[in-house]
Amino acid sequence: MATESTVVYLGEHTETWPPRELQRPSLGTFALVAVTLFTFAFLYVPIVVLVFFSFNSARSGAVWEQFSLRWYERVLSNPRILEAAMNSLIVALLATLGSVVIGTLMALAMERYRFRSQPLWDGLLYLPVIVPEIVMGISLLLFFAAVRLERGIVTLVISHIAFCMPFVYLTMRARLADFDRSLEEAAQDLGANEWVTFRRITLPLLMPGIISSALLAFTLSLDDFVISFFVTGVGSQTLPVYIWGQIRRGVTPEVNAISTLMLALSIILVLISQLLQRRQRV
Amino acid sequence: MSEFAVEMHNVTKVFGDVVAVDHVTMGIRQNEFFAMLGPSGCGKTTSLRLIAGFERPTTGEIFIDGKPVGNTPPFQRDVNTVFQSYALFPHMTVEQNVGFGLEMKGTPHAELKRRVMQALELVRLPHLATRYPHQMSGGQQQRVALARALVNRPKVLLLDEPLGALDAKLRKEMQLELKTLQREIGITFVFVTHDQEEALSMSDRIAVFSRGKVLQIGTPLEIYERPNCRFVADFIGETNFIEGTVSEVRNGFAVLQSNGRTFVGRAGENVQPGIPAVLSVRPEKVQLVEQPATSVNSYDVRVMSVAYVGSDTRVVVRLGEQDIDVWEQNSVSTLDPNYFFAPGETAWLTFPPENALILTD
Repeated sequence: MATESTVVYLGEHTETWPPRELQRPSLGTFALVAVTLFTFAFLYVPIVVLVFFSFNSARSGAVWEQFSLRWYERVLSNPRILEAAMNSLIVALLATLGSVVIGTLMALAMERYRFRSQPLWDGLLYLPVIVPEIVMGISLLLFFAAVRLERGIVTLVISHIAFCMPFVYLTMRARLADFDRSLEEAAQDLGANEWVTFRRITLPLLMPGIISSALLAFTLSLDDFVISFFVTGVGSQTLPVYIWGQIRRGVTPEVNAISTLMLALSIILVLISQLLQRRQRV
Repeated sequence: MSEFAVEMHNVTKVFGDVVAVDHVTMGIRQNEFFAMLGPSGCGKTTSLRLIAGFERPTTGEIFIDGKPVGNTPPFQRDVNTVFQSYALFPHMTVEQNVGFGLEMKGTPHAELKRRVMQALELVRLPHLATRYPHQMSGGQQQRVALARALVNRPKVLLLDEPLGALDAKLRKEMQLELKTLQREIGITFVFVTHDQEEALSMSDRIAVFSRGKVLQIGTPLEIYERPNCRFVADFIGETNFIEGTVSEVRNGFAVLQSNGRTFVGRAGENVQPGIPAVLSVRPEKVQLVEQPATSVNSYDVRVMSVAYVGSDTRVVVRLGEQDIDVWEQNSVSTLDPNYFFAPGETAWLTFPPENALILTD
């Protein structure tokens, strides 16, 4: 092994690979690196395998034959899958619309009007984020049964609004905390009434936050399984519920393909949401 | 047209259990440059917001140009505000910002365009009309905020510490510019500041605020030379206080007994024999001499420190147990160090009674 000079000259590029600490690793360093690598493997190997086999031409999942898009073709020509996907999209769109409108208005109201017991009500709005999904699913199921609401798209939309709304609320509260109220006062000072002020100043300035929370809500709704499972009805299955039904008859490459498509869509939506968040901060 | 552009009649504003503005009565004259001056939390900004309409008075009445505005919302008041943070709309260009008020009034497009450019020329920024606020410096943003308010030709322009965020040099420039602008366009400026030098140099009249109350309203000269209470004397400029008891009041002058010494000064408001009071004398109005003077207000002191600052020499002397600041103007050009007093020397301080004020709290 070549001995490295330890003299550091100003401005000289001194980084080496592997990093100096790893050239003669101690036991502790070795253990940390091992745990880190194992964690990444644990997190991503199953997903990579799933994506990998979705492009496999073989029917049995365990053996690689050759690259093929046949399972994607099968997915896109299966009317039951397309129906489930359509249900998912409709539910996600309506749930996004509903939760964004309600969550934003709630955030505006709670930010503007301060009252003594507010921390309690604020907490109650955050709480659904930590309520176990199964508890929420069962309670919604019982609620719909009690009010005699037949399970279907309507119950799905209501339930999805209920669990997406707190996330919108959280995002919008954070946004509003940075919002400079003197901008609204300036608009009123210049002759704009309250409605014009909202339309011309408040709404446009909150728009990046609204869009990013909408993308978040859309992603959450699209991916939800547990709550949807409880409140879905015949003919209104969402994609995750449909996949679960398929899996009971064994994992087919078709399921791999659907999952890969959903994964890609979620990643894209979250990335857009993150980009919008970052852009506004500048 | 009313004599006053803005009047506050016995206005009180309470937030929860905090009295922000406490029975304030004042009249701001037409075309006046009026400063509201005081430390933070003294009620000056709340008073401005009451005039703008962002707050409603708890009790009392406000008049703009002679008309009561108690229930008029801000968007129907004939006043405009320059905010401390400028509050420029970040999603609009300079042009759109400045044109916002005219647009709200339904001004025809051609006239709006013309007046926006006029206003931008007034603040010397017509070349930046298509920029966004974040592409401009603080000083430029400040001028856009000014143009956005002035383009509406309000009866009264309200300015909430508009120069607070600027650096010292730019601040001086803008002070001059604002003053010139106000004279040119001839509208009433109400200016909130905590900077007494700024208030003194720019205003026609100043209202000094403390704890929600107006203590004194007067010209800069009146406020500096004849403060009406201890707080105003202390807040505006530098001064020395000598505490004691009033023994005599005659012909507008009062005699104060303090630790066996006797001082004479102009009698302030409410000064009567027998009450505790304080003598206020500004450092530049005290002289130090080598020989005992025969006049009143003359006592021997010990020189504690001497600081030569160019235009004047700042000496701290000890009178009994108390330090007194004395600023002597360097009106003679000399290189002789013996010309100045040195620490440890004994000197005599003296000031004529007309240069001192005897004030109550």
